[in-house]
Amino acid sequence: MSSEESKCAFALTLARTVGLSKKYRQRRPFSRKSFCIDALTNVDLEIPFGSVTALVGESGSGKSTLASCLGLLEVPDRGEIWFEGSEISRWKSRKVAPLRPRIQIVFQQSSAALDPSFTAAEIIQEPLEVQRLESGPKLRMRACELMEEVGLSPDWAERSPLEFSGGQRQRLAIARAIALKPTLLIFDESFSGLDFSTQAQMLTLVLDLKTAHRLTYLLISHDLSLVGQVADFVAVMHQGSIVERGPRQQVFNNPLHLQTRQLLRSVQTLESAIPAAQTEGWQ
Amino acid sequence: MRYLHRRLIHATLLVVGASILCFFLTDLAPGSFFDEMKLNPQISSETIAALRTQYGLDEPLPIRYERWVKAVLKGEWGLSFAYNVSVRSLIVERARNTLVLTASATLLAWLIAVPLGVWISSQPGTWVDQLTMGGTSVLLAVPELVLVLGLLYLAIRTHAVPLGGMESVSFGQLGPWDKLRDLGLHLAIPVTTLVLCSLPILVRHVRTSMLEVLQAPFIQAARGHGIARVRLLLRYALPAAANPLISLFGLSVAGLLSGSLLVEVVTGWPGLGPLLLEASLSRDRYVLVGIVMCSTILMIVGTLIADVMLVIADPRVRLE
Repeated sequence: MSSEESKCAFALTLARTVGLSKKYRQRRPFSRKSFCIDALTNVDLEIPFGSVTALVGESGSGKSTLASCLGLLEVPDRGEIWFEGSEISRWKSRKVAPLRPRIQIVFQQSSAALDPSFTAAEIIQEPLEVQRLESGPKLRMRACELMEEVGLSPDWAERSPLEFSGGQRQRLAIARAIALKPTLLIFDESFSGLDFSTQAQMLTLVLDLKTAHRLTYLLISHDLSLVGQVADFVAVMHQGSIVERGPRQQVFNNPLHLQTRQLLRSVQTLESAIPAAQTEGWQ
Repeated sequence: MRYLHRRLIHATLLVVGASILCFFLTDLAPGSFFDEMKLNPQISSETIAALRTQYGLDEPLPIRYERWVKAVLKGEWGLSFAYNVSVRSLIVERARNTLVLTASATLLAWLIAVPLGVWISSQPGTWVDQLTMGGTSVLLAVPELVLVLGLLYLAIRTHAVPLGGMESVSFGQLGPWDKLRDLGLHLAIPVTTLVLCSLPILVRHVRTSMLEVLQAPFIQAARGHGIARVRLLLRYALPAAANPLISLFGLSVAGLLSGSLLVEVVTGWPGLGPLLLEASLSRDRYVLVGIVMCSTILMIVGTLIADVMLVIADPRVRLE
């Protein structure tokens, strides 16, 4: 397929990976012999414009590595990454720089994802300043606007991120991510570790933001019940490969791969276990 | 302020505790300054007994300690048996010379270690990193004495720098710039030795702290925002990696008076090292206690500075 043909074929796709592979070389303690871990093996994934694509799988299945490759934080060993019609996996860092703001990641550990030496406002201002999107007094105004947009009071602008709760920190991380006007926002297990009520609030927020900013989401999670509420498409990862993918209804109602069935079963077991435990002993 | 107040009280108690321990342990050591006099047939035992009484060595230990504390409060630190002058006057000049040496070496070591550690941490596994790590391993394995002797050998062969001492014979007649140059030349061997000894530890600490921080999600997020590599390293990673380095800096300050004793003795630098050696050999007890207490106080001050710097640098510590 020529470059022009590829561009046409992916016209409705915001991002796509083709045959993506990534290995990590490791060494055991006190040993000179190294071994390879196949984090990704021939991963093909398509993220349509304006969709919520969920990437699910057990821990260690390669979800975060795929997110890092898509977020241009890791360079794949083999394969292609297409974004907005261009193959970007082999781009040099200088060429990648203007593309970085368009793909943003919201990380899992909100406490570790925000620099503790910055205030809440500075956390949002920094990328705006670096990318020269705002300057001077407008910089602070824009940071406060973004804080308000994600449900944080601008009065908290001078607070350290350590003074925020887990949910508030994730809101701050989202505000920082949307500050750069991205087209693809990757949530790397961003909602795990939050209680159900906060998770629900966060989901409402991100869906509102998606409409307001015309965003496309890649939602990485091991929690299928969460994914089931918002995803348009679901891809299931297992041992570095995508073993099943398709529209949410198809994957949830008619799972073909054993790994998908196991993940769905674990959700059902958990859902039935909670009411049983509540009636038996929680009172 | 409350934290500083608490830490100051803590430090004062520590100084008092250390002084009691130091004074009593020195007294437990066998022999005294006047024992050697017993071998001299020209000095009678009555004279020695009179000297012991004069210097208060016949008094019980707690009384002697009380007298010493009073002397310290007066700023005299007791009397040297060998020189018959106050310990303070002996220590102050020697400590100044030691500080000239150690402060230069510490400053130079940190000025080299931080940029080098940051630079190699940004390219782990490359030949530059491996070469630096190999070099630091070799330096760590070489004893301080071997290093200083090696440098002295080089100086003998090249005649590039003076072999020992702190100043030339004609130092008094030199102009200010020539005096500075002369001091610099005399500092070359001891400073190089001290820098080569402390550099591997500092470089390795900077590298390890930076490598740990560079994996943190907030650094990955900053990379994702398109922040340039140099800014990422200096504005984001280095401040976040500073905590263990600040503690290490406190230890560097703590070692300013005690870290160069061997080098001073070998290179003939007129600092506390040769004085401590002399005082130990001749059992000049108050000089010994004075030097040890100076090092202890600097150790406590060093850790206090590090603790305060940590509070200023890290909001997490402030919130705790």
